Amino acid sequence: MSSYYEASARERLLGLLDEGSFQEILPPSARISSPHLRQLDTPAAFDDGIIVGKGLLDGKPVLAAAQEGGFMGGAVGEVHGAKLTGLLERALDEKPAAVLLLVESGGVRLHEANAGLIAVSEIMRAILAVRAAGIPVFVLDGGQFGCFGGMGIASRLCDAVVMSEEGRLGLSGPEVIETTMGVEEFDSRDRALVWRTLGGKHRYLLGEAAGIVPDAIAAFRDAAIGLLRQAQAPDLSLAAMQAEHRRLANRLERFGQCRDAIDIWRSLGIEEPAGLPLLEIPEFVARTQDRRA
Amino acid sequence: METLVFDYRDGKPVPASNRPPALVGVVGSGNLEVLVEAHDLSGAARVEVVTAATGFRPIWQAVLDDFFNRHAPSNILISINDVGATPAVVSLRLDQAMEAFKAGGAA
Repeated sequence: MSSYYEASARERLLGLLDEGSFQEILPPSARISSPHLRQLDTPAAFDDGIIVGKGLLDGKPVLAAAQEGGFMGGAVGEVHGAKLTGLLERALDEKPAAVLLLVESGGVRLHEANAGLIAVSEIMRAILAVRAAGIPVFVLDGGQFGCFGGMGIASRLCDAVVMSEEGRLGLSGPEVIETTMGVEEFDSRDRALVWRTLGGKHRYLLGEAAGIVPDAIAAFRDAAIGLLRQAQAPDLSLAAMQAEHRRLANRLERFGQCRDAIDIWRSLGIEEPAGLPLLEIPEFVARTQDRRA
Repeated sequence: METLVFDYRDGKPVPASNRPPALVGVVGSGNLEVLVEAHDLSGAARVEVVTAATGFRPIWQAVLDDFFNRHAPSNILISINDVGATPAVVSLRLDQAMEAFKAGGAA
């Protein structure tokens, strides 16, 4: 069984799609790399840390992108962002069965400052345009660097997020919280704290991740196929938005006083909440059935 | 940053010159990416290295000489983005890249 967490972005993408079906757009040999990094005398990657292209999933045409966390933490620079936005806009023309985003990113590539910030806003706008056109956008999050900052927001704009326990999803990452709020607020070196706060299990229990899978490329593939088969047009009406806002307000009221994820799990009525991080995924899903927020 | 170019002659042809490019490795600290492409260089092979660590030309020369003694490819362009990988890591990635190239694509 091949680990999703340990694989490169390229290995994940090739393993996720139907074998031999992937066609890369702007591959490394096109050498579309960051103009900013060269000016800063910093090494650039031939693909600017993102692989985009088209392929088949379960025999259906999809567009897909995979961010490589090993290059600058998967951060979104101008070219990286343009490749992702371009892929999403292509979906409006090609009408694939879905767009798959294999996210792994710390957010904006701060070296590229405003160009990176603008790129992230363009990605968000493109995701919403694709969803409005009735094409589902699915996020897979199980990489070593998690998904934070602008890409954390972008992920939650999509139709569904699937995570492994190892994946992390949030706005500010652990180091950012510690730096701005102090180590008493959040100790970024406390790995157990980091994973039970930002990791897949907690995101699944809060309802932010639609599904949770073991750390295997094949498990992510199965989950993506499941999402594809169940895909239905999203309700983007004003009433649906207002209902979502009410749900979030209720959630804050319900859990706002909790100091730790374990407190939330306890108030969800889950037995032995402190033991959840140790459970294998099938057992975890069974234990928390009907207990998600 | 430093850009280094190395040319090698008298290599053996790699079968089927129209095979797709291969990429291995990641541009991360202590790591590098290696892109191998078929390229008509009149029988020569070329390695272009962009590296964050300056002043290591003799080390690159030694590692690449060693690589060409093992593989001796011709009509090939090898492009490298390096972030201070050690010689052992460079050798490993070069071998992986050639293996992926001969297998016909990304590793």
